[in-house]
Amino acid sequence: MRFVDEYRDPDAALAYARQLERLVTRDWTLMEVCGGQTHAIVKFGIDELLPKQVTLVHGPGCPVCVTPVEILEKAMAIASHPEVIFCSFGDMLRVPGQSRDLLAVKAAGGDVRIVYSPLDAVRLAAENPGREVVFLAVGFETTAPANAMAVAQAARADLGNFSMLVSHVLVPPALQAILAFPDNRVDAFLAAGHVCTVMGFTEYEDVARRHHVPIVVTGFEPLDLLMGVTMCVRQLEEGRAEVENQYARAVRRDGNQSAQAMIREVFEVVPRKWRGLGEIPASGLGLRPAYARFDAEGALRRGRPDRGGVERVPQRRGATRRAQAHRVRGVRCRLHARAAAGRDDGLRRGGVRGLPALSPPPRG
Amino acid sequence: MCLAVPGRILSIEGTDALLRSGRVDFSGVVKDVNLAFVPDAAIGDYVLVHVGLALQVIDEAEARQVFEYLTMMGEVGELVEVKS
Ligand code: SF4
Repeated sequence: MRFVDEYRDPDAALAYARQLERLVTRDWTLMEVCGGQTHAIVKFGIDELLPKQVTLVHGPGCPVCVTPVEILEKAMAIASHPEVIFCSFGDMLRVPGQSRDLLAVKAAGGDVRIVYSPLDAVRLAAENPGREVVFLAVGFETTAPANAMAVAQAARADLGNFSMLVSHVLVPPALQAILAFPDNRVDAFLAAGHVCTVMGFTEYEDVARRHHVPIVVTGFEPLDLLMGVTMCVRQLEEGRAEVENQYARAVRRDGNQSAQAMIREVFEVVPRKWRGLGEIPASGLGLRPAYARFDAEGALRRGRPDRGGVERVPQRRGATRRAQAHRVRGVRCRLHARAAAGRDDGLRRGGVRGLPALSPPPRG
Repeated sequence: MCLAVPGRILSIEGTDALLRSGRVDFSGVVKDVNLAFVPDAAIGDYVLVHVGLALQVIDEAEARQVFEYLTMMGEVGELVEVKS
């Protein structure tokens, strides 16, 4: 496939490995922010190509892992309702809440459907006027334009039976949170390429300067990742801390302006809980008041449809960050199933590889 | 989750800002893709597609930087050596 195969050239990969060997003079720890990059690193054995001085740690992962238990419980309560067609991306179906997952709800007779795009959920709502279609809107900035577009299309078509359960997360606040940990040992970041395709990377310029940390916007193919690592190591060895763009074929400095405009139209920045990390201020997106009628939680509160006891969902009050992180141990993600081969997946996996974010911040 | 795949635009329909869409070829698999966020994309362009929406036109000129960076670091001689 064009723009895929050429970035898997083994000779070029070895050339990068040789360059790195030559460049590196001491130990460095790099964090790849995105779960998709972790997947590629493991799948292609990138970490085995790197000199032993370079350690890759797995970052905050991906929206699937960090979606809090409360949201999953709400999702399952909504999906259990007979009038609801509950739509989700496939990877969310196996993520456990307190005791079960969406797949179990489906097995118990809930109308839970996997959609490829949020726009498919909007279509379903148009085709099923007698049913309530609820979409579980999770994702990083990459997915936000699509979810915003779904709301805009539903608003345009004046669909009264479409709503979203929103648990959107933002990458830069998570990076800041990691950098703020006292025992942080990340020397440089591979920023998530597709997040930057949407948002650009001007936001990171300030982070790089303030924390004196190199940030390289990086793609997902083996050569992208090797080049991203090389650029990071070069900066570190030369004492620079800049934002560089390895993924220029897909990322412009200002990102995609019309996608950003759509996000701003529909969503606003809100505090958000991250599974395993706790609440981070201004780290998520929620629907703007003007679009509140598309908020599944609001729709249910208004009694549309009769809300099978959503409020009675027990909250995991007082769970410590550590305990929440432990709960994630059970997460087996299909997307990363192979990458995880025989190990616990998700944040736990990050813990195994020394994810600093897993240690709870000191009290007081 | 943040997976996005490159594909080639075969046709474009609709002028409506929200509904502009096209047929996109992912090496043989053809899908309908929303093109609202890539207003400048033309037939024949490669776009990066995520959950049914194109997020960006792939810049063909920038696409070679992965190899140019190696050349810049003086790796090209060895690359050729290995290949021959
Ligand atoms: S394991 Fe699954 S949920 Fe976790 S980062 Fe990978 S894809 Fe995301």
